Amino acid sequence: MGAEVVVEGLTKSFGKQAIWRDVTLTLPPGEVSVLLGPSGTGKSVFLKSMIGLLKPERGKCVINGVDICSCSERKLYEIRKLFGVLFQDGALFGSMNLYDNVAFPLREHTKRSESEIKRIVLEKMEMVGLLGAESKLPGEISGGMRKRAGLARALVLDPEIILCDEPDSGLDPVRTAYLSQLLIDLNAQIDATILIVTHNINVARTVPDNLGMLFRRELVMFGPREVLLTSDEPAVEQFLNGRRIGPIGMSEEKDTATMAAEEAARAAGHHDGSPEEDVRGVVPQMQPSPGLPVRKGDRRRKDRVMRILHNLPAPAQQGIVESLSDSDRQRYGLQRQPAPVGRPDDTRPLGPGAQRPNHALSQESVANLPRSAWQPPPESSPQAPQPRPGDG
Amino acid sequence: MTSTRTQAGFPGVGMLRETGRLFALGLDVVRGFFQRPFQVREFIQQCWFIASVTIMPTALVAVPFGAVIALQLGSLVTQFGAESFMGAASVLAVIQQAAPLVTALLVAGAGGSAICADIGARTIREEIDAMEVLGVSAVQRLVVPRVLASMLVAVLLNGLVSVVGVLGGYFFNVVLQGGTPGAYLASFNALAQLPDLWISELKALIFGFIAGVVAAYRGLNPPPGPKGVGEAVNQSVVITFLLLFFVNFVLTTIYLTIVPAKGS
Ligand SMILES: Nc1ncnc2c1ncn2[C@@H]1O[C@H](COP(=O)(O)OP(=O)(O)O)[C@@H](O)[C@H]1O
Ligand SMILES: [Mg+2]
Repeated sequence: MGAEVVVEGLTKSFGKQAIWRDVTLTLPPGEVSVLLGPSGTGKSVFLKSMIGLLKPERGKCVINGVDICSCSERKLYEIRKLFGVLFQDGALFGSMNLYDNVAFPLREHTKRSESEIKRIVLEKMEMVGLLGAESKLPGEISGGMRKRAGLARALVLDPEIILCDEPDSGLDPVRTAYLSQLLIDLNAQIDATILIVTHNINVARTVPDNLGMLFRRELVMFGPREVLLTSDEPAVEQFLNGRRIGPIGMSEEKDTATMAAEEAARAAGHHDGSPEEDVRGVVPQMQPSPGLPVRKGDRRRKDRVMRILHNLPAPAQQGIVESLSDSDRQRYGLQRQPAPVGRPDDTRPLGPGAQRPNHALSQESVANLPRSAWQPPPESSPQAPQPRPGDG
Repeated sequence: MTSTRTQAGFPGVGMLRETGRLFALGLDVVRGFFQRPFQVREFIQQCWFIASVTIMPTALVAVPFGAVIALQLGSLVTQFGAESFMGAASVLAVIQQAAPLVTALLVAGAGGSAICADIGARTIREEIDAMEVLGVSAVQRLVVPRVLASMLVAVLLNGLVSVVGVLGGYFFNVVLQGGTPGAYLASFNALAQLPDLWISELKALIFGFIAGVVAAYRGLNPPPGPKGVGEAVNQSVVITFLLLFFVNFVLTTIYLTIVPAKGS
């Protein structure tokens, strides 16, 4: 199972320019998370801080009990072996061809024979659809290919944590869909913890288990995808719908004058070309390709989310309950009820039937959950206690 | 909070911090000399590369350098009536001062700028970050072989400049100024001694180290933005020149103090 990443109160600035402050979030083990944010909000800086390439002023980033921000150089190199990182432009070594690039981590960190290395490299190259391009130099291929090659290199050591910086930028929608599917399939196969940083709405809606957004030097929210996807937060709503009306401007922050002028123009009937449609709301999540095992992270996440369900906003609750399959409903002791319309603005409290999960998921009922395929993790973490189906 | 600490400070604190980091990198590199595995291939490639960009200009600079010294000394020495020391003076000047400095200028100007541009481009493309994340130290992998290569090439170039410079001096003195070959060669031994050659090579070694470390440091920390690498290369050459002339002064002073001049 992938490692858990706990980020606490992380604050980073360059000189006088504050990038973000007090970012606190937990990447649950083996789950897929997406961090959204307008360009220039420091998403890449956040990823680099998580792997110790940049030193934040305050805060912690704990993985397997080691704080990346304060541990020794030696420990840092050790813990980095758990990571597979895809940088924004692939970050391939310009002097090596694609084969040597992908083989690099294997040659550095393992004592495998060249034939074994060849097998692994070709397998990963096939995975990202680059078979046949092994002898090309990074300078000779398109940005999308560089990105996929970078992903192949990141995967070659079977990482426990995969960080992807904008895997979709520079890719067409079809390739983006393939890449998203690849990440989900990977998660199903090796149960790695995945964090994707992006500003692609489609990826954000369909791929992750957990969704967060950075804006105005803060983490606006982070939690189960349903929460952000149904949020009423103006910045979130604007971002998800790709509108100009809202708090996000061309520069990092809009001043109130611009905001008022835009609002007035809209009231006067000026159509600014922003999509009218509200794309918020919970859409079905991307599933692993047929033939692959079910995602263990998905199971764990459902248990976790159902346990905190009563703390979530009503629209999110509704989205979660509706997305449950029949067997899930049985498992969590929910009865099928006439499905209410899942509009995000529908803040109607849940009906009496839907209230059941609150008490149905008291400590005992969680413990009584039917045995699922996954085994409880060997080490429990105090920050995010996992439901333990095996305990009962 | 740390941010207040980084803002606060006196004029020049930024320069001190940079100097500190430069020294830290220098220490890391020295430590890296003894760490295994040693990147043999990278080292050989870099030696070849640095040599290929420096040998030709060095040879071309060395000939006129030797000539200028010969011409200058030639007329001076004749006025004193000390023609018999012509060879000795020219050898001393070339080996002790001219050779290491010409070497330094070329290793910094041609070799160092190439190293800085190479590493700077890798930094901008995030290759260095990627390498660090893959658990491979960029200092060990990239910087150490380059610094070592720059040192080795500096030592070899220094030998080259010495030979070419002395030959150039000989040519100008004997052929153009009508000096006697016998006297020129005979006086070699009069003032020059073997330690002169050692200090010359030692200087070249140190200059090569400084040029390599400064180039790598600027390459690893380029100013942000697309112009960053260009600026970094420019700064690395200027900083190296300043450092080299200063270090040369210090080394010369120490040498002249501890090694007595021949015949005194
Ligand atoms: N090494 C650096 N030094 C100074 N400022 C930086 C550095 N790296 C990033 N920044 C600044 O941090 C901000 C966020 O950058 P980035 O993380 O790349 O944004 P994005 O969310 O688009 O990935 C930018 O304003 C950028 O200027
Ligand atoms: Mg970015």
